[in-house]
Amino acid sequence: MSLNEIGSMVAMQGFSGLSLFTVLLLMALGLAIIFGQMGVINMAHGEFMAIGAYTVYLCSQLTQNFAPGLREVYFVPAVVVAFFVAAAVGYAVEVLLIRRLYKRPLDTLLATWGLSLAMQQFFRSFINPKEVSAELPEWLLGAFNPTPSIQVPKNGIFVMGLTILVSAGVYLLMLRSRWGIRIRATTQNRIMSSAVGINTDRVDRFTFALGCGIAGLAGAAFTTIGSTGPTSGSLYIVDTFLVVVFGGAANLIGTIASAFSIAQAQSLLEFFLTSAMAKVLTLLTIIIILMIRPQGLFTTKVRT
Amino acid sequence: MQLVSTHRNRALRGALALVTSGALLCAAATLSGCNKSSAAATGDPGASKTEKLSAAPAATERSTEASGAAVLTPPGLEKSTAKASDFPTAKIMTTGLKVDDDSVTVGILHSTTGTMAISETGSVQAEKLAIAQINALGGILGRQIKVIQEDGASDWPTFAEKARKLLVNDKVAAVMGCWTSASRKAVLPVFEKENGLLYYPTFYEGLEQSKNVFYTGQEATQQILASLDWVNKEKKAKSFYLIGSDYIWPRTSMKIARKHIENVLKGTVVGEEFAPLGNTQFGSIINKIKLKKPDVIFAAVVGGSNVAWFKQLNAAGVTAANQTLLTISVTEDEVLGIGGENLVGFFSSMKYFQSLDNPNNKSFVEAFKKMWGEKSVIGDVTQAGYLGPWIWKAAVEKAGSFDVDKVVAASPGIEIKIAPEGYVKVHENHHLWSKARIGKAKADGQFEVVHESDLIEPNPFPKGYQ
Repeated sequence: MSLNEIGSMVAMQGFSGLSLFTVLLLMALGLAIIFGQMGVINMAHGEFMAIGAYTVYLCSQLTQNFAPGLREVYFVPAVVVAFFVAAAVGYAVEVLLIRRLYKRPLDTLLATWGLSLAMQQFFRSFINPKEVSAELPEWLLGAFNPTPSIQVPKNGIFVMGLTILVSAGVYLLMLRSRWGIRIRATTQNRIMSSAVGINTDRVDRFTFALGCGIAGLAGAAFTTIGSTGPTSGSLYIVDTFLVVVFGGAANLIGTIASAFSIAQAQSLLEFFLTSAMAKVLTLLTIIIILMIRPQGLFTTKVRT
Repeated sequence: MQLVSTHRNRALRGALALVTSGALLCAAATLSGCNKSSAAATGDPGASKTEKLSAAPAATERSTEASGAAVLTPPGLEKSTAKASDFPTAKIMTTGLKVDDDSVTVGILHSTTGTMAISETGSVQAEKLAIAQINALGGILGRQIKVIQEDGASDWPTFAEKARKLLVNDKVAAVMGCWTSASRKAVLPVFEKENGLLYYPTFYEGLEQSKNVFYTGQEATQQILASLDWVNKEKKAKSFYLIGSDYIWPRTSMKIARKHIENVLKGTVVGEEFAPLGNTQFGSIINKIKLKKPDVIFAAVVGGSNVAWFKQLNAAGVTAANQTLLTISVTEDEVLGIGGENLVGFFSSMKYFQSLDNPNNKSFVEAFKKMWGEKSVIGDVTQAGYLGPWIWKAAVEKAGSFDVDKVVAASPGIEIKIAPEGYVKVHENHHLWSKARIGKAKADGQFEVVHESDLIEPNPFPKGYQ
């Protein structure tokens, strides 16, 4: 094998590592926000992702039937719509279900799990029991060739870009806006926040909706790389939890670091060993690290 | 903040343990013999039992018996003139089955809820179509077929429970049902104990044969050997990269494929990879394949993973233009989820494709779409499901009895000449003689049949391939 080929392989493998990192980060962000700020373990996270994916599918159907000329451009607005649809559903769920259970964390776990089953059956019964696929625009299909021997997946670049945007957005919102201040104040001391005039109920609703919206956004983006079906969301849930636990809850930097290290370990090991072995070794490492640091990678005393 | 988050992380780890163990449980159930399940990390399978919604809302509500009059029937078959009075109930049924002077009851046992509903819906539709057609043509021995449908809910113990209910309480004369190997393994002891009759439609890994089961799909050798021979001859393929999901069906299939490639075709296997069920990221695996540059990728990835695999393959620049790919896990049903544009030019090995050009299939597709909607697609397993009631009918008429022992004894040698796949014959080992076909995927989700083998003898226990 020539040096050139080795170089191309290193480049492509490097990209798959980064791509996996952004995928993991995007799935985990929504969960991290809801868990970190509210202490609610949202077991229906995967189904909110599925809502996003189905929104893109429905938008694609509408475009096909009513405005076939828009095929190349519908995708980006559809992703935005997915955010709002998932956020709206999240808002309703908070009002109807979650807020009655804030004092009983284990019950929220069960309630959201039940919710996830109900949502899966809803997709099955009212949308389609079979998997569906949104028609993707040409510019998201295939590979981008910087040199003849290197192929970089276009959908990977798209997900990467989106993740950077969303992370930056979350960062600004949390640490540089009044909303962020209110959310963080409520997290730190609910009673005091309430006493100084913050409407903590509203903050909760907003935070939960935001987390669900980001899940929807992730689901929408993943239509380019994965399946859209009633149980698609559940394919992501284990990895999502893993990232959040390993990163240490309540910390954006932790989530990023955790997604990065898991992704790199996973993709490198997978390249040199088999994928089952890679999974075993990654999980084993995480378990050992969590035994030493039960609080996760990052729970520094200094607030970031 | 510090305190809170540490405390929370503990709770979250609990949740993680819960999801993972759910996933493991499910995976374990799957590994114990599940064919082509799309089930992966879905948590506790038992929970789906209480879900109570029908999978094909408008469609399944329709009564099979009632639609009998309107259904299109296969060409060349005349309405039967057999009268029930010619076959007194006391003579044709001696074992307490639910047969009376004008009707006979059969069971349909598939998942219409839970993860497997995705796949099993097509089988239910095909079986109901066949039964409606048989009824329209005068039924069996002058009796109309009534159907009791039960939902296995994608949960293997539920399958066993419902099978017992159908056999013991309802006394059905035969059951069309099951899809995954895991569900079949779960009901097998019930059928053997109660001496029931099961028609099982899915292509599967073989290594099984029971007096009480007829396997209307292909066993592994029927699907794999002919297709490898073809790709070796047509594409001069010598080096193969094998990839599948990590459970029994792909593993058994790949074992057979490897033996055949190495011993018969004198080729090489340059890589073999099993991705965990539910795996959604194939970047590294695809890079490995690029590194090895195999002549052929031989794939058996299933479920949601299958979609991710093909989408990411296409995105990594691997297309039919630069790579031959042969898969044994993509039918027209799977294309719906994967998207035709990601498959164009790849090859699939099945015994049936919706595009098959023969009069039987033309009429079958027409009747299917009339009953279940213009947009229906028909995959390999759906067609195999359609064969079940016809094979049972032929065997009952040959035996002149509904008694299970007599039907089983009469079955070997039964020929179905109206089979959409062309022609099938029941072998003594309860599997079917059938042809293997290679389809080339088109962008519209259909396949162009590029190769058809001779009739292949079923061989569920292949020697030299274990």
